[in-house]
Amino acid sequence: MISKRIIPCLDVREGRVTKGIKFKNNIDIGDPVSLAQFYYKEGADELVFYDIAASYQKRGIIIDIVRETASQIFIPFSVGGGIKTIEDIRNVLLAGAEKVSVNSAAVTNPAIINKGAKAFGSQCIVLGMDAKRVDAGKNIPSGYEIVINGGRKYTGIDALEWAKKAEKLGAGEICLNSIDADGTKEGYEIKLTSLIASNVKIPVIASGGAGNPEHLCQAFTKGAADAALIASMTHYGTYTIKEIKEYLDSQGVKIRKI
Amino acid sequence: MIAIVDYSAGNLTSVGRALEYAGYNYIITSDPKKVMNARRIIFPGVGAAGAAMKNIKSLMLDKALSVAFEMKKPILGICLGSQIVMSESKENNQQCLGIIEGYAKSFSENAGLKIPHMGWNGINIERQHPIFSGLKKDAEFYFVHGFYPLPENRKHIFATTDYGIEFPSVVGSGSLIATQFHIEKSGEAGLKMLSNFCNWKPL
Repeated sequence: MISKRIIPCLDVREGRVTKGIKFKNNIDIGDPVSLAQFYYKEGADELVFYDIAASYQKRGIIIDIVRETASQIFIPFSVGGGIKTIEDIRNVLLAGAEKVSVNSAAVTNPAIINKGAKAFGSQCIVLGMDAKRVDAGKNIPSGYEIVINGGRKYTGIDALEWAKKAEKLGAGEICLNSIDADGTKEGYEIKLTSLIASNVKIPVIASGGAGNPEHLCQAFTKGAADAALIASMTHYGTYTIKEIKEYLDSQGVKIRKI
Repeated sequence: MIAIVDYSAGNLTSVGRALEYAGYNYIITSDPKKVMNARRIIFPGVGAAGAAMKNIKSLMLDKALSVAFEMKKPILGICLGSQIVMSESKENNQQCLGIIEGYAKSFSENAGLKIPHMGWNGINIERQHPIFSGLKKDAEFYFVHGFYPLPENRKHIFATTDYGIEFPSVVGSGSLIATQFHIEKSGEAGLKMLSNFCNWKPL
């Protein structure tokens, strides 16, 4: 049976991997290509590079890092952050990424999902969505609102409706990030994860809040996620991928053994 | 020299990069002559069967692949490549290469499973083959697909994979072997299988 995927996320700023707490106070973690190799050997199932500043500083995406990584590791990896056009998608895929993640640009221009899926196939278009807990109401019935530009701007769009719409437009996967949980290490937003994962047919990656292996177990079981993003819990060496996988295996969660 | 067949069905550079890493020379080509003259052929692809077959025919690659197959050149199909080698695909009811009798069909939407089948999964070996040499028993491979090949004759099924149902994930005939999963994105197990293919001498 299919394995649940564990995906380290490498936030990249100016060519270096950083990890911020709720997008602020970024500290340096290291060289993205070496970290990618490290995680590949450790048994990561996939990787994400996220160009965290690209969205508002309009910097080009990190094509060199992608190219270098693609010649050294042979698992799928995706690139997100600042992807705005079909040309951006093409450049990232040609440099060797398996998938691209569109986030803010898809909210302002949903057609990019459709166009990207038509040009390159749904399997390489990931919708990245940042959701924030709000009071449920007429406009936001699910109680989760989509925010963009790294959590700085509210959009008035309901997270569940957006997920369903993106699926219809041809997104192949959803990377669902909880702004409230991000960087807290207190666990994924299980209610949000389960809400989205059980209402779309495409795979959902839980993101934001992972602090220990039990959190991943919850995301996969109660949250019904197909994959889980991790960052600080392994970046700082608190856990290894192997330890996380051993724990999940002991809890009956199907994982890929190395 | 290994020829990676280019028929505008997706990104071929990842297969090339994996070959380069494993230490093999290759060319990426859509020239039928170069395909026929290669020692080995890799036939990858993502996307829809209809568009793929249209390109293959207009480039005369269908003939080149048939001739190479008759000459017993080792051919490796990957992903869409494992579906196109069948007689037919139910995706757009497209007539395909017909190297293996049978057709490509889609997963049932009613099984409560996410479609496409995307992620890592194991294989159950049905028939031994040199490309399986030295693999760990619980090795897993990276899949992304909504359709899979279903040969008429069981002898063409070399491995199956469990995704709600048991579907054929490695099919083959003679000097052709084809994997539904992406061996170029399947970590060390995939690289091992790729090396096995590069050293395979079909009888």
